[in-house]
Amino acid sequence: MEDIKQRIKISKYWNSLFWIIGFLSTLVGLVLLLVLMIDLFMDGAPRLSYKFFSSFPSRFPEEAGILSAWVGSFLVLLVTAGAAIPLGVAAGIYLEEYARKNWVTDIIEINIANLAGVPSIVYGLLALGLFVYLLKFGETILTAGLTLALLILPMVIMATREGIRAIPGSIREASYALGATKWQTVQWHIIPYSMGGILTGVIIGLSRAIGETAPIITVGALTFIAFLPASPVTSEFPFISFKWLMDPFTVMPIQMFNWVSRPQKAFQMNAAAAGIVLMGMTLLMNGVAIYIRYKFRKKIRW
Amino acid sequence: MVMDPIKAESKNLDFYYGNLQALKNVSLQIQERKITALIGPSGCGKTTYLRCFNRMHDLYPHNKYHGEIILYPDEINIISPSVDPIEVRMRISMVFQKPNPFPKSIFENVAYGLRVRGISNRSILSEKVEKSLRSAALWDEIKDRLHLPAFDLSGGQQQRLCIARALATDPEILLFDEPTSALDPIATGKIEELIMGLQEHVTILIVTHNMQQAARISDFTAFMYLGEVVEFGDTDNLFVNPQNKLTEEYITGRFG
Ligand SMILES: Nc1ncnc2c1ncn2[C@@H]1O[C@H](COP(=O)(O)OP(=O)(O)O)[C@@H](O)[C@H]1O
Ligand SMILES: [Mg+2]
Repeated sequence: MEDIKQRIKISKYWNSLFWIIGFLSTLVGLVLLLVLMIDLFMDGAPRLSYKFFSSFPSRFPEEAGILSAWVGSFLVLLVTAGAAIPLGVAAGIYLEEYARKNWVTDIIEINIANLAGVPSIVYGLLALGLFVYLLKFGETILTAGLTLALLILPMVIMATREGIRAIPGSIREASYALGATKWQTVQWHIIPYSMGGILTGVIIGLSRAIGETAPIITVGALTFIAFLPASPVTSEFPFISFKWLMDPFTVMPIQMFNWVSRPQKAFQMNAAAAGIVLMGMTLLMNGVAIYIRYKFRKKIRW
Repeated sequence: MVMDPIKAESKNLDFYYGNLQALKNVSLQIQERKITALIGPSGCGKTTYLRCFNRMHDLYPHNKYHGEIILYPDEINIISPSVDPIEVRMRISMVFQKPNPFPKSIFENVAYGLRVRGISNRSILSEKVEKSLRSAALWDEIKDRLHLPAFDLSGGQQQRLCIARALATDPEILLFDEPTSALDPIATGKIEELIMGLQEHVTILIVTHNMQQAARISDFTAFMYLGEVVEFGDTDNLFVNPQNKLTEEYITGRFG
């Protein structure tokens, strides 16, 4: 009897010990993140103003702003989403619904999983060769957007496949049993029901893309840019223009990098302020992703 | 005895899941506008047999059929590779073991088979949806809620919705795979009544886990065991006076 009590006591001791270790480990991450954010805020918050968003970069730190950077980031992400969503969703649907399961699809699968782990700068090199030199797209928004699209493509494919796999086989069978073709089933069931998962994956991919710096520098983004790309909306027919695709650009993290590398304290503050904006964008996107997932979960419960 | 017209007939049907033979030489005649029940212990091949009739097995690789299932009056062999499974499924509908409505509105669930056939005219759809819901004894309960999600219905209502969905396209044969196994006794009673009422319009082949159900609702019963049909005949005769020793043991509850 005493023996058992002794044993329980020892087990409990180990249990509480691990509780403490686990708690402290969690705290390390949390505290570091918090300190980082507070530090960023203390440095950058005073610079945040309407003018900061509406001004071009400048030699004078007090006048410098992130206009060209956030517009550039936005347009690049637009291209990224426009390319990665259709490609990734189509590939995901093909792999889940159409492809026969054999060694070829096994190899494709392993490749996609590996692509997700390729360092982003390698994508930059690939894009430099493919889009800039071979296809002659130049050092433009189009090139940068497509580069980031390549980068997040595996994420979109995997999100699509996971979304599709969550659809029960009984729903598929119900559709086929009524005489539906594969495409009717995909169009009316598979795509709508996996939309929540797909969008979540896309947004998380985009929130990663918005902070990517290395591949964008590799394909030749400018570090100082004091003009905006051509406007996508015009006053003349047909009112939309794609000239902006071929314009040079900069993006938020590059603007930040540029300011960080200056010696003056005032530029460091600008960098911190841009960092806050960038982090805000990322958090916002992740929030939207969580909201979408919640919405779709509520609408569709199997 | 006057033979009723035959709607479908399987002749020496074998079925394989890869190397596993699940049906052996199954020959059976399904009479038109009658209810034919398939009974037998779990794993004897009832579902497998049923799913041959609408080529569900074609959805998965490595499944093989041998033999024939002839559909009358046009006498086509519906399991022949030269017959398009989609055409077969357009003529032979199925209701599954667990209710499986789409996560769409009640209306869209019933209209789906029609949309698949390219019908998009609102008034035709409405008319057909109402007619099917009436046939499935669901209309009065839900006529004001057609645009609510099908998932809001109870289990029994969902299964009747699935029956309405299968009826909307006027199938020649309706297949049921243990349609009440997931339902409570009251919902089960409603569905049994409904199925009995349907036989005026459609030929019914039903798998059931429950012998009393087969005895209550069917005109003919086939007893299957290990992938073979052991005995087939008039339901009353089969239950009262089984010819085969195995059948007798099964219906008296000595195994199963
Ligand atoms: N998809 C499948 N793949 C391989 N074997 C299967 C599959 N479905 C059923 N079987 C096997 O086929 C036999 C008949 O199964 P089934 O038709 O489901 O029986 P029942 O409906 O009478 O319970 C069983 O031995 C079962 O294990
Ligand atoms: Mg079964």
